[in-house]
Amino acid sequence: MPGDAHAIEIKGLNKWYGDYQALKDIDLTVDHGERVVVCGPSGSGKSTLIRCVNSLEAKDSGLISVDGIEMVDSQSIDAIRSEVGMVFQQFNLFPHLTILQNLTLGPMKARGLSKADAEARAMQYLERVRIPDQAHKKPSELSGGQQQRVAIARSLCMEPKIMLFDEPTSALDPEMISEVLDVIVDLAEEGMTMIVVTHEMGFARKAADRMIFMDHGAIVETGTPEQFFEAPKSERCKQFLSQILQH
Amino acid sequence: MTFRTALLLGSLFVLAGCSSSGNWGWYVIDPTTKNGASNIRFLLNGFGATILLSVIAAFMSMAIGMMVALPGMSSNRWIRLPSRIYIEFVRAIPLLPMLFWVFYGLPVVLKSIGINVSIDAFWGAIITLAISDSAFTAEIYRSGIQSINKGQTEAAKTVGLTYGQTMRYVILPQAIRRILPPLANQFIYIVKMSAFASVIGMQELTRRANELVVTEYRPLEIYTLLILEYLVLVLIISFFVRWLERKMGSDESK
Ligand SMILES: Nc1ncnc2c1ncn2[C@@H]1O[C@H](COP(=O)(O)OP(=O)(O)OP(=O)(O)O)[C@@H](O)[C@H]1O
Ligand SMILES: [Mg+2]
Repeated sequence: MPGDAHAIEIKGLNKWYGDYQALKDIDLTVDHGERVVVCGPSGSGKSTLIRCVNSLEAKDSGLISVDGIEMVDSQSIDAIRSEVGMVFQQFNLFPHLTILQNLTLGPMKARGLSKADAEARAMQYLERVRIPDQAHKKPSELSGGQQQRVAIARSLCMEPKIMLFDEPTSALDPEMISEVLDVIVDLAEEGMTMIVVTHEMGFARKAADRMIFMDHGAIVETGTPEQFFEAPKSERCKQFLSQILQH
Repeated sequence: MTFRTALLLGSLFVLAGCSSSGNWGWYVIDPTTKNGASNIRFLLNGFGATILLSVIAAFMSMAIGMMVALPGMSSNRWIRLPSRIYIEFVRAIPLLPMLFWVFYGLPVVLKSIGINVSIDAFWGAIITLAISDSAFTAEIYRSGIQSINKGQTEAAKTVGLTYGQTMRYVILPQAIRRILPPLANQFIYIVKMSAFASVIGMQELTRRANELVVTEYRPLEIYTLLILEYLVLVLIISFFVRWLERKMGSDESK
């Protein structure tokens, strides 16, 4: 039963790249409306973990179910993807399409919305990310921060129940980071379930219900932001926090 | 090197000898005489067949190439394998033997499985050209499509597009500018190779030249004109390719 199930349930997830094990026996449950922030050193498997949730990376073993849909075959993967939005570090907007077309492509082709309905929805979400006036430009004419907000709006146009963010601000100039984070905080406050991979600890304190620290493909530590920042348990986590909080 | 110099000198002597002793026979294609004019018309009439042959073969090659290229990029090696085999196999076969096989052999094969069709010179040539070119077309598609960032496919998946929709609306519109110029270039190859159709009796440029040589005994003049015919055709296509490359290139920087 979807309504009763957890938003995301992962059990014993393993992922290998050749003979390198990128994820080791991951267990993770995310409830509806929960905001989870994942951090950890480079190469620790953060991206791999969230990309397994919508099967951009195929799992090697373990169970993944999203909103009660267990990932077993390509049909269930399609069903899961229709509930999960994703925002990438590199935006990945479609450069040959206008902003509006970027937003309407999925709703029209995958959901069968009429052009008028799709455009109305697109404009509504462009308002939400505060750039309705850019609708007819191409992505390359926008700043990085604007492009990332378009990418968020593009995901929202599919009306997902869960949003995944993979370092959404890492490719941005410092002055554009907050405009993107503000949009994500808004979403969080509206109750969107989300997993955010980020090293923006200010954002984590403000928006996260739970922190997850990963290292070498495993979840090393998890807790509320207070516990996590004030009293990290593992040595590795303390070290990591002291490194990134210095900057 | 010396061999080439000798050849060059030799041919110069021949040409000079011809002209001084009045042995040139340009009258065979002298448009001011009745016979010459009708010979020229006979030769130029081959353009239609050469062009039609090449254009149809090119379009078929584009279609086959796509059907070969798409499975060739699958992450599943068993889906990839047939496409790899096709490309290696087809690339290895010289055009002329393949032409003979298609023209004389294929109808027999088809008949043995109950399909009774005769393949005339026109379609025999087209099928051969299309198949032989499709291996190259497939590789052009593959490199064009693979040059598009993987993030595009991933973003398309996350907004629910199917594989076909992703290709059609996201990947191909971006890859086309990397694909079109080499594809157009490949058309030059087809035009030149279409000359082989003459050996199975297709009345295109080369066949007509050969037939005229047999009746007029003027190979130098007639084959010179034949080469000029191809030259004009190919130069026009090259010009178009150059234009296309410029246009696509400048689009890319936008
Ligand atoms: N496609 C791939 N092929 C082989 N190895 C990969 C692939 N993708 C990731 N890896 C490896 O898996 C490990 C985990 O990668 P992942 O991208 O999940 O790390 P990350 O925590 O997101 O790091 P970063 O902070 O640098 O983004 C790394 O060691 C990486 O080299
Ligand atoms: Mg990463």
